[in-house]
Amino acid sequence: MRTPSPLRAAFRQALGEAWAGGAGVLLPIGFFAGAAMLVPFTVGSEASQLSSIGTGILWVALALASLVSMERVFQADLEDGALELWAQEETPLFLVAAAKILAHWIISGLPLVLLTPPIGIALQVDPGALIPAMLAYGLGGLAFFLWGGVAGALAASVARGGLLIALLALPLFVPTAIFGALATVEGPGGPSLLFLAAATLFALAVAPFAASAALRLAVD
Amino acid sequence: MEENAAMSREFLIKATGLGAIKGERILFSDLSLELGRGEAIVLRGINGAGKSTLLRMLGGLSRPDAGTVERTVRHHWIGHRNGLKPHETPRAHLTHWGRVWGSSAEPLAVARKMGVERPFEVAGQLLSAGQKRRTAIGRLLLAERPVWLLDEPFSALDREGRDLVTGLIDAHRASGGGVIAALHGEAPFEASREVQL
Repeated sequence: MRTPSPLRAAFRQALGEAWAGGAGVLLPIGFFAGAAMLVPFTVGSEASQLSSIGTGILWVALALASLVSMERVFQADLEDGALELWAQEETPLFLVAAAKILAHWIISGLPLVLLTPPIGIALQVDPGALIPAMLAYGLGGLAFFLWGGVAGALAASVARGGLLIALLALPLFVPTAIFGALATVEGPGGPSLLFLAAATLFALAVAPFAASAALRLAVD
Repeated sequence: MEENAAMSREFLIKATGLGAIKGERILFSDLSLELGRGEAIVLRGINGAGKSTLLRMLGGLSRPDAGTVERTVRHHWIGHRNGLKPHETPRAHLTHWGRVWGSSAEPLAVARKMGVERPFEVAGQLLSAGQKRRTAIGRLLLAERPVWLLDEPFSALDREGRDLVTGLIDAHRASGGGVIAALHGEAPFEASREVQL
């Protein structure tokens, strides 16, 4: 078996890059909290109303926040020439793309999941349901980042492609959003969590290949 | 094993009947070249003639519009972009690619050889163009690869830097490696062949 050290190096570099961006961590968190907290101001702060839509609001905020820092993930590599180097390596480009997306998810995706309980409480969601729901938000968030990564790779050669990324990625979010919302309502015992997990596995299987195909086009 | 395969086929990289189209213009057509051990091929031509395009085809970054490229061994790539990230120090850059290639070369030793030991811990965005170039060219020393594809390797380099890179190219050829370089101006090393685009 080939040593995975190139992938470890890609992963490490991507972690460093996401971190060195500074706002890489804080920007999605701020966006997530801000978007979710805007809702009580628009629909009213009545507890019963908020608690019935709270988990759904978290899903929407999570989906949007996962796209906030997606623009630079592959665009930076294209601009500085690192993508040219990766594209000529023997290491399959889809594995490199997957490593980069996962690193990005750890830096800016996981903190969002950890933030769902406090924001959920502020939205009057039953506190007992929030901790189990983190599993669903975690699974769903990973799928959002994977599809976002595909969109980011497609838009890598487009200047100011942020909006394009949102337009490309949001339709891909639909299955995850549907099963995710059902799973958080049903709780961890329901079948929707399994469908959510399946949707995430599908993303995990398909997205790296799609992203690497897009990167090959971008680097050509 | 790679070495043996190359020996028996006697070329490091071979292009047959290459053609490139940009928009509606034919950049070059029916271009063939073969790089052997110890050789250096210099690609020449005015701006926009297709030197970089040819180099990208040879490296496998671009699909040829016509013809084929055969590579028998691994290659190093110095593109016109350095591959250095804005926050990356020469240390981080050389360590990273050293890891990717499973290199045992010491990053500091490479930096010293390339004359970038002083800004070893300085972020890429603060380096001068020449220092960035030297760092990128340092990658050539991290892992032994028979073919070097170089796009304007001397750009941004000072006199001493040019001599340094010339020395590297000579040493690489002496040890049986091959070089294909796109160049403006005079080649400071002796070219085996020139390809005019």
